[in-house]
Amino acid sequence: MSDARQSRYAIGIDLGTTHCALSYVDTTASDGEKTSQGVLPIAQLTGPGAIDNLDLLPSFLYLPHPDELASGDLYLPWTGQREFAVGEFARSRGAATPIRLVSSAKSWLCHPGVDRRAAILPNDAPPEVARVSPLESSVRYLTHLREAWDHAHPDAPFSEQDITVTIPASFDPAARELTAEAAEAAGFGRMTLLEEPQAALYSWIQKSGGDWRKQVKVGDIILVVDVGGGTTDLSLIAVIEREGNLELHRVAVGEHILLGGDNMDLALAHVVARKLAAQGTQADAWQLRALTYACRSAKETLLSDPATDTVPLVVPSRGSKLIGGSIRTELTRAELTQTILEGFFPQVDSAARPVSRARAGLTQLGLPYAQDAGITRHLAAFLGRQVGALAELAGVSGIAAAENASFLHPTAVLFNGGVFKSPLLVERIMSTLNNWLAAEGAAPARLLEGADLDLAVARGAAYYGYVRRGRGVRIRGGTARAYYIAIESAMPAVPGLEPPIQALCVAPFGMEEGTDAELPAQEFGLVVGEPVHFRFFGSSVRRQDQVGTLLDFWGPEELQELEEIQATLPAAGRTAGEVVPVKLHARVTEAGTLELEAVPRGTDERWKVEFDVRGNANA
Amino acid sequence: MTDSNPSFLGRISLAVGTFFRILGDGEFAAGVLRLRDGGVTASAAPAPAPAPAPAPQPAPVLKEASPDAALQLLGLLQRDARFIDFVEEDIKSYSDADIGAAARLVHDGCRATLREHFTIRPVRDEAEGSRVTLAEGFDAASIRLTGNVVGKAPFNGSISHRGWRVEEVRLPKLADSHNAKVIAPAEVEL
Repeated sequence: MSDARQSRYAIGIDLGTTHCALSYVDTTASDGEKTSQGVLPIAQLTGPGAIDNLDLLPSFLYLPHPDELASGDLYLPWTGQREFAVGEFARSRGAATPIRLVSSAKSWLCHPGVDRRAAILPNDAPPEVARVSPLESSVRYLTHLREAWDHAHPDAPFSEQDITVTIPASFDPAARELTAEAAEAAGFGRMTLLEEPQAALYSWIQKSGGDWRKQVKVGDIILVVDVGGGTTDLSLIAVIEREGNLELHRVAVGEHILLGGDNMDLALAHVVARKLAAQGTQADAWQLRALTYACRSAKETLLSDPATDTVPLVVPSRGSKLIGGSIRTELTRAELTQTILEGFFPQVDSAARPVSRARAGLTQLGLPYAQDAGITRHLAAFLGRQVGALAELAGVSGIAAAENASFLHPTAVLFNGGVFKSPLLVERIMSTLNNWLAAEGAAPARLLEGADLDLAVARGAAYYGYVRRGRGVRIRGGTARAYYIAIESAMPAVPGLEPPIQALCVAPFGMEEGTDAELPAQEFGLVVGEPVHFRFFGSSVRRQDQVGTLLDFWGPEELQELEEIQATLPAAGRTAGEVVPVKLHARVTEAGTLELEAVPRGTDERWKVEFDVRGNANA
Repeated sequence: MTDSNPSFLGRISLAVGTFFRILGDGEFAAGVLRLRDGGVTASAAPAPAPAPAPAPQPAPVLKEASPDAALQLLGLLQRDARFIDFVEEDIKSYSDADIGAAARLVHDGCRATLREHFTIRPVRDEAEGSRVTLAEGFDAASIRLTGNVVGKAPFNGSISHRGWRVEEVRLPKLADSHNAKVIAPAEVEL
């Protein structure tokens, strides 16, 4: 990183599915591993015309009816021009009017089945509601954070600070680019993307104040389990030694799993609603939401206090008769164990894999929620798939992959996300993992203590902005996938069969930020003025493929099809319809997005190849 | 008790109590109105005479409590704890179990509201029942002497209540146009 760009603050933003947070490191007051860090209390509407400063900004956008609120009810300290609300007021107001509430915009942003730039949210809004796109709602959350910062720090404009925005490690290149695009549209000047599990580890390192070197050693494989409100994200980070220094190397990331703490609350609410229905009380939609809310705090009580066996639940009446109209019930430990521990964290063996089955509890329409709620099964699948992830690092750095292992053996685990405030859930994952390890004769994994579970991602992101200036240990690893495009085999067509395709590697595994892949030898004919589509693939396991590697066949686990990419060669200086031979060139930008360019033969011209984010029928 | 300058918490309870009394007691309301408009204090003084004040001692200047913060707190307690619903409901016909269930909800909500918007600490950190000595010049506003109050400082006694003190108030800011008197809007489902 060049030192020409010095801003006072390194700002980290956790752009979460359910909450956003902003943390910052004051670099002028920080030295080495002693950092001066804060969390911005975000000014936001908490009721009509009421402004409060909260540490979290709920990622909700409310689009009110013109007659719904008095003028001035949507004013913010910095503007009187708002026709929508984001944050706590949006969340609470929208709970009673869901047709005007945009939620989980981040999950929509990486949903390959829909057009992310089209105004489609809220997806169940009636026609008269002016909908917004998943991209636009992210822009509004990010804009609110920028404005809240500028209001609180008029002397240090946001656009002049170093910003780090976090994304799930499992985000594909298109979702990364959309996030970068949203940040740019929100007026972010210098922005870098960082994977959330890495941010969690950075936060842990920063919090340890140098002590982390005593808690991990060369050869450790740290498993980061990050269960947020709406997503579960898994990463593996190896501790290696290079030139005498401890170095962290991110070796693998998991699939995108749309499953989080909110799903657990909803599942519990359905369990209790069924119990109520059996007693003859049918909960309506409003009561079910209240029940979900009550279940959340009951879950937290039961999970943090092993001595409690039942927690009474009260669903308040909607009218002003509180005592007469409320529904009374309770949540028992047996129900919690059955639903959360056995439903979301079942004690399975290491050969278990997620199964597709009828959905239970996860009933929100539209988003591709994980079909199997068993997070431990997703974990088993991830470790099994990545069993060979250390092959590249073996030998050079004191990393020894276990012989005959059926899954990759982590030696330490870092948890992130509010659900892990519960020692029971931490204990369940640790014991499940350690059973797997014991079965293969490996030592049990250690728990890395002292993580800040709620704000770690934002804090870690701010700390990352600081260490990028060369003042602390960095996690290396580059891109966690290799990328391929499909080309048709030169084979005679067989009627009724799709022509077989080959996969050509255009970007190898582990490309660092700000680096270019070499130009492949293969050329493609692009028709001038006409968009040409390529099928596009990613692989999280093929670490050895280089640019130009051509695959004839591959296992279903090896390559995942991503959204198509699309190249258009403008007609300028050429005849429309002419076929121009081009090569495809990949690079990873400083911000952390993957860029593909078409380079016509014999020229220095570069034409950007776009990710097709308009959604396709087969996704 | 005549406190010339009640504590913040005292003022909140005064404001809430006054609020209800204003609503329920017309005469009292008229008195408050006179107090607010005229600034003239104490008992009903229907005709403020323009004559030079013969008072040997100036009447204490009473601060006027702004109703906005009290209204705002009522609104928050209603929103998050259903406080008004609970207090206004006739509880005679309900069983203790039913009232208890609702009280749990109100308690949770009131506690969350108080913790979010106030930092409340005990005045005395010692355990209740422990012996303390009050030196001369102790703060009579934060410590109330009871029982055998004779002699002079230092006083020895035991703490029967630790007291509460608000260290910080964090009420949401309100837009000018906001009507604070509506502490819970009527809800109409379409």
